[in-house]
Amino acid sequence: MKDVLLRLEKIEQIAKNTYLWVLSGDVSHITAPGQFVNIKLDGFYLRRPISVCDVEGDRLTIIFKAVGRGTEKMAKAQIGEEFLVLTGLGNGYDLTKSGDCPLLIGGGAGVPPMYLLCRELIREGMQPTVILGFNTADEVFYNKEFEALGARVIIATADGSMGIKGFVTNAMDGLDYSYFYTCGPEPMLKAVYNATATSGQMSFEERMGCGFGACMGCSCKTLTGYKRICKEGPVMAKEEILW
Amino acid sequence: MSGECRAQSTELDTRVNLLGIELDNPVIPASGTFGFGYEFAEIYDINILGSFSFKGTTAEPRFGNPTPRIAECEMGLINAVGLQNPGVDRVISEELPKLKKCFNKPVMANVSGFSIEEYVHTCALLDKEEQVGWIEVNISCPNVHGGGMAFGTSPEGAAEVVKAVKAVTTKPIIVKLSPNVTDIVAIAKAVEAAGADGISLINTLLGMRINLRTKKPVIANKMGGFSGPAIFPVAVRMVYQVAHAVKIPVIGMGGVSSAEDVIEMMLAGATAVQVGAANLVDPLACKKIIEDLPRVMEKYNIEKLSDIIGGVQ
Repeated sequence: MKDVLLRLEKIEQIAKNTYLWVLSGDVSHITAPGQFVNIKLDGFYLRRPISVCDVEGDRLTIIFKAVGRGTEKMAKAQIGEEFLVLTGLGNGYDLTKSGDCPLLIGGGAGVPPMYLLCRELIREGMQPTVILGFNTADEVFYNKEFEALGARVIIATADGSMGIKGFVTNAMDGLDYSYFYTCGPEPMLKAVYNATATSGQMSFEERMGCGFGACMGCSCKTLTGYKRICKEGPVMAKEEILW
Repeated sequence: MSGECRAQSTELDTRVNLLGIELDNPVIPASGTFGFGYEFAEIYDINILGSFSFKGTTAEPRFGNPTPRIAECEMGLINAVGLQNPGVDRVISEELPKLKKCFNKPVMANVSGFSIEEYVHTCALLDKEEQVGWIEVNISCPNVHGGGMAFGTSPEGAAEVVKAVKAVTTKPIIVKLSPNVTDIVAIAKAVEAAGADGISLINTLLGMRINLRTKKPVIANKMGGFSGPAIFPVAVRMVYQVAHAVKIPVIGMGGVSSAEDVIEMMLAGATAVQVGAANLVDPLACKKIIEDLPRVMEKYNIEKLSDIIGGVQ
């Protein structure tokens, strides 16, 4: 964990209410896909926890949905602005369990962490399949970026305006995979959990106070004891989840 | 530049004496915002602190309240964690040995309970721990139904806890008071008369937020404790009132976020100062406050920090 000052290098709206930031600075404390950062915004008391989409050299990419006052302010940020960012938070995904052909399932704001995970898995010689779930076609983002990495990409939209009509679980039907990794809203995680007999890892969200394990604001019960989503999570093994 | 500042600051004395134990400085992270210290020890040497008050401990392990437990506010936050902790036995067998590895000064043990017997049991056990310098008895947790605050909202209830705990302990007992009362001075006087060695205040103010979209309270527990810079003026006022009504030392807290705030609390009558919510939004908050103290002391011509305790004119 390290608190660093990062500079906004790029801001772009990439889908409906969805924005991409590229920040530069010391991002060396980010060590695993699935970790998150906690961003200080002027005028807001708590920081905004956002998952890492990509990190390379001194560049950090994050993607967020503008849904509240904080993220709406982030959507209007200017290139050159500097932000205090607590980096290297959370455990991240364990890549060693993936097998040769893992399945990555991202839903909405849960898509971004799948990108760095996918890149790292491909780098290690695995052949991931990626399912991206959205409500509508105008919300879809990063499908081409995943394809450019060399992954097989399947899109599902709830209204059928792009890809398979239905949920990510409809897209999972009939697929063969060695392991799964997922991130998305809790109802989706639950549906994925119930739709597969394969082992995997799931990333959870919760309202956080500090983001680094001090306040116990985001605790949850698991089969292996109480865990802090921000510290022992956000990634949990399927086998330890207690719904 | 920082080297110069340090050279000029060598004359300045930040030490305070808290109930017989000398602190290098009056800055103490508040219970519930600092765990048992290790998360912070990852990013700075926490031995620079005056001390810290560890996570509120109860007799039995507790998960606490359902989530969401946190709601953001203007200049603060509401929390309803609900005293999540591993229970006193595991605090002693697992947390304190780990704490000792990253902190070598006397630590403040924060204790909460649901009955007089529970307070007595937990305090008696922690009193025997070598590294415990003081026991801070929390009779003011707003987040637990029938919990500590039930004792902290009447002078009689507060005095009853203090008498029972004093009978089984040897270390200084500091009683942490709730601001959610009609007359905090009456409760402060009652705990002093019952034998408390010190008083800390204020715990969080009971607060609530509602989500406009769902029309539901943001926090699952509906209400929670409001803390952060927004409550600082309330805290200064209550510290001032209590410090001027009792003879025992007072630890001031509530929204403290800067070296200036520390000095203001001390002028109001605080012997030491706890820092709570600030640790959550900036894990280096206490380090920055401690490093900034000499600059602010110099600015206000304070040579010896302990000289200004209760110095408000």
